Amino acid sequence: MRFSTLIRHPADWMAGGQGEDGPVLTSRIRLARNLRHHPFPGWAKREQRGAALAAMLPAVETLPVMKDAFSQILSTLNPVQKQVLVERHLISREHAARGEGSAAVVERRQTFSFMLNEEDHLRMQAIRPGLQLSAAFDALSELDSQLEKSLEFAFDPALGYLTTCPTNLGTGMRASAMLHLPALVLSDQIGQVLQAVNKIGLAVRGLYGEGTESLGNLYQISNQSTLGESEPSIIRRLERVIAQVAEHEQNARGKLLEVDPNMVADKIGRAYGVLRHAHVINSKEALTHLSLLRMGASLGFFPKETVILCDTLLLEIQPAHLQLLTGRKLAPEERDAIRAEIVRSRLHSLDSPDTRWRKPPDIAPPSPPANPGDS
Amino acid sequence: MKCDFCDHKATVFLTQLVEGQMKKVCLCSRCAKERGVTDPTGFSLADLLLGGIATSAATTPAKTPSSTGGGCCPTCGFTIDDLRRVRRFGCGDCYQAFSDEVAQMIRGIHKGGTHVGKVPQGQMARRVLHQRLEELRAKLDHAIAAESYEEAAGIRDEIRRLGCDTTGITADQPGP
Repeated sequence: MRFSTLIRHPADWMAGGQGEDGPVLTSRIRLARNLRHHPFPGWAKREQRGAALAAMLPAVETLPVMKDAFSQILSTLNPVQKQVLVERHLISREHAARGEGSAAVVERRQTFSFMLNEEDHLRMQAIRPGLQLSAAFDALSELDSQLEKSLEFAFDPALGYLTTCPTNLGTGMRASAMLHLPALVLSDQIGQVLQAVNKIGLAVRGLYGEGTESLGNLYQISNQSTLGESEPSIIRRLERVIAQVAEHEQNARGKLLEVDPNMVADKIGRAYGVLRHAHVINSKEALTHLSLLRMGASLGFFPKETVILCDTLLLEIQPAHLQLLTGRKLAPEERDAIRAEIVRSRLHSLDSPDTRWRKPPDIAPPSPPANPGDS
Repeated sequence: MKCDFCDHKATVFLTQLVEGQMKKVCLCSRCAKERGVTDPTGFSLADLLLGGIATSAATTPAKTPSSTGGGCCPTCGFTIDDLRRVRRFGCGDCYQAFSDEVAQMIRGIHKGGTHVGKVPQGQMARRVLHQRLEELRAKLDHAIAAESYEEAAGIRDEIRRLGCDTTGITADQPGP
């Protein structure tokens, strides 16, 4: 599959296949594997990296799920193309920075993507919409088991899968979910919630993983420890915490609306106004307003499909995507103008915020007082 | 000034904080390009240092374990100093070569010290089988040396049986 074909189609997980309008955008599982008897990519000499790639690439490409996949040696892609893959979360920033001897294999629907010769020989990833870590893990683990038939992985019975960095040792698994938490931010509860998440040994990161800023009220929550706990147990713990954070967010949205409906309507209205009418908008500002628009849609100020529109726009307005669209290198000012144009045209038919889409509040009725007489 | 990776004149100079320590690297334009330093999508100096060590270790035979003041992985030549500097390993066997350091590192990072979770079943079965065959072969040699022919015949049959079982499995992936 060609790069243009891959990118033309929205990924399964972002097309809102599940009509996901809650705070959990996506679930992601990443497994790190290395080949036995091969030095790790960072330490390997060029020909050794090439040998590892030659061993892995046919095995990955012949996986049944990779039929008609996009498979490319990274050095044959230009910087913009690589950055587009990063913006789509199909490869990591670190992987994009590696040139020779590295490759990416992305399944047609962009549900699975494999990075070859990243920090580890093999980093495979599964993305699903909503909170579906278990399902994503099961699917990816199946591919891992298929690969294991033809590739011998570096594994130690006591230490598990051996990885370049000891932080991935053991299961080699990083499970993460992308959450949209605008109401927790607006109500100043975010710090408290994230601190609590951190305290129980989970990591919180910005939009593009480690060391990145949170933009558009998007946060990634993931496991930190990979040794001493099984994959299903890590995932269960993580899913429980993520579901709790999502519930906090939902409650905070309900509370904001109840306590200060004017403030909420004003924020959403202003975001709509800016996005509908701006002619110059930078990435950060666009993400901030799209975040409010998305929240507005989930609160019933816009039709429900607006959530999908927002999620798609989130990807499309990123710098490399814009450059790819116009087919040339753009100065930041040009980008901001084109970004504004895309947003305006996409939101052209979106009516101004209105409460007519509002569904009755999603709050469970208070349980009747327990009556010791009834049983 | 010379390039850290080859003998050409260095034209690219990099300084970056890696795990709280200032690291400097000098490169010639060719090495800089090869290592993706000029790639606008960014790169990590840790990787560069890690990759660089491999090149210099290969071209500078003087760099021996003793000169780096620590242990050295017998498989890939990675040294304990490399490990301490970049906190990453050179190959799977490094974990055994630096087991003391590994135990210490793990304590600070993970919930437990022993793997609980997925095991590459087929691969482990292959390894166990291979180990068992090795043991039996040693036993067979011993029996023959001791002229216990009856015992030796039994062991030989056992090896044949296991050997048959393994032909399909071991043919593609020899064990350790």
